[in-house]
Amino acid sequence: MATAEWHKWWTQFVVIAKMEYRKNVFTKRGLWIYFLAFAPVFIIGAHGLESPMGKRCSMGEDTRILAGIIMFFYVRLGIFFGCLGLFTWLFRGEVVQKSLHYYFLAPVRREVLVLGKYVAGVATAVTLFGAGVLLSYVLMYGHFGVAGQNFTFDGPGLMHLRNYLLITVLACIGYGSIFLALSLVVKNPIVPGTMVFLWEAISGVFPPIIQKLSITFYLKGLAPVELPSEGILALFTVVAEPVPLWLALPGFGLVVCAMLAFACWRIHSLEISYSAE
Amino acid sequence: MTQPTSNQQIIFDNVSKFYGDVLGVNRVNLSIAPGITSLVGPNGSGKTTLMNLMTGLVRPTQGGVSVCGLTADDPEKFFKMVGYCSQFDSFPKGITGYELVNNTLLLHGMDGKKAHELAIEALQRVNLLDAAHRKVAGYSKGMRQRVRLAQSIAHRPTVLILDEPLNGLDPMARAESIALFQSIGKQGLHVVISSHILHEVDKISDRVVLLSSGYVVAEGAIHSVRTEVKEHPMQIMVRCNNPSLLASRVFALDHAVEAKIHADGKGILVRTCDIEKFYLLLNKIVVSGEVELEAVAPADDDVNSIYQYLIGSDGGSI
Repeated sequence: MATAEWHKWWTQFVVIAKMEYRKNVFTKRGLWIYFLAFAPVFIIGAHGLESPMGKRCSMGEDTRILAGIIMFFYVRLGIFFGCLGLFTWLFRGEVVQKSLHYYFLAPVRREVLVLGKYVAGVATAVTLFGAGVLLSYVLMYGHFGVAGQNFTFDGPGLMHLRNYLLITVLACIGYGSIFLALSLVVKNPIVPGTMVFLWEAISGVFPPIIQKLSITFYLKGLAPVELPSEGILALFTVVAEPVPLWLALPGFGLVVCAMLAFACWRIHSLEISYSAE
Repeated sequence: MTQPTSNQQIIFDNVSKFYGDVLGVNRVNLSIAPGITSLVGPNGSGKTTLMNLMTGLVRPTQGGVSVCGLTADDPEKFFKMVGYCSQFDSFPKGITGYELVNNTLLLHGMDGKKAHELAIEALQRVNLLDAAHRKVAGYSKGMRQRVRLAQSIAHRPTVLILDEPLNGLDPMARAESIALFQSIGKQGLHVVISSHILHEVDKISDRVVLLSSGYVVAEGAIHSVRTEVKEHPMQIMVRCNNPSLLASRVFALDHAVEAKIHADGKGILVRTCDIEKFYLLLNKIVVSGEVELEAVAPADDDVNSIYQYLIGSDGGSI
């Protein structure tokens, strides 16, 4: 009996995730997310054209630049705002387009609906930003020719790439859960989105225990290249002991699960009242 | 006849719904038995709110709603049984009619083959198979109405809730839809319909719920609701060979209010406060052979008249 239930939920979950993934990826509305995901690729590509075979740059410097692009542009801006747009639209978009009732009138547990939409959102974000990070890496080291190949296959390159992709996936999972939960509380995500953005930006100046409440705290520990704080913020930054991976991942998972549990609880009180929107 | 149990009925138990300060419906107590039930009332009377409450799209501020013993809090069982053709004229972007119906069936947990078969069957029932693979965005209003209907009946529900299902349909499609509702109603299933087209509602309904400003004004079988409206005498149209004689005999009774002979001299319209006594009189006259009857029919025992008497405006213009 329980197995049959789980099988049904799984089937429904897969159907929802597939439909939502298609909807997320093939939409004109999401073009700006494509731009966020691939803007660095074009810049790095231009850098490669300007400096063929690494003639006007060094691999050490480019490695730090790539780390900066991943940790500051992708994690802090691209993935953050991409997920803000993507995940807050999962339910609000249906309300705006007046199509949420199709899901609510189906024999589907609302928890299954939340998780199906969430996973589709994560898959979309990972597809776009993962591809962006992968191409950025390829172009960044590709223009070094053989030296770039050696760095990748005989040096630390593959480990760097694996960590960057892991950071991308975790950022999508983490931010996605927060924005999905927020979208079920407030109609306009701009204000809470800005607050989360500021929190992620300044959390480094708080004591380590409070820093643990931010997504970037867990991701920083995974960065293969350390990037010291610069500018005025560096004066106030409290350097927290990096959390070991065996602790960071469950801690991160706990934050995500808490957000999703909240979203699942919240969806039960959602009513269809399009005219009130 | 056995009375339907609460597990066969749609029950509203002291239900109120407020949208902020705005009243949706207030203190509704209803038990709707299987068959075709029409919700009738002017715009803003609470018909759609009642339907949304039945299907859990909105939650009651007070009271509880159950459909055949289940509530929308258990969507897996509830929506296997219930199909709702809502009035929301909106669809997921870029979807075709077939995809809309098929996706809904896949959400029921059906495998692709069965979902396909049922989707085709439903689209065929609403006569939309030819346009099934066109985008819904390109459909006419009537086609959109029909695809919503297909989507609501595709999983073969035992309770079908239809919010203005005849809106936008051409006469042919309307007749086909009505025949469809009637066939479902005859199977002993629940069909709850709201409609502005009162004469068509009248043709198919077993009973009616009249709503006004969020309150249930009257409910029950159309004839019994009409009988309860004492302040408006019943009207009976009689076609016979001697209406003058009938008129004179009717006026001898104290319950007769009016008798109007038809212009062709072959019929009479009687208004009476006691329909039973009038029928007794008519029987006597016919048995005595003084009058030969061609037809007898109530002239205002319909939804439109009840609507006019209880709510006040002309049902045809709502």
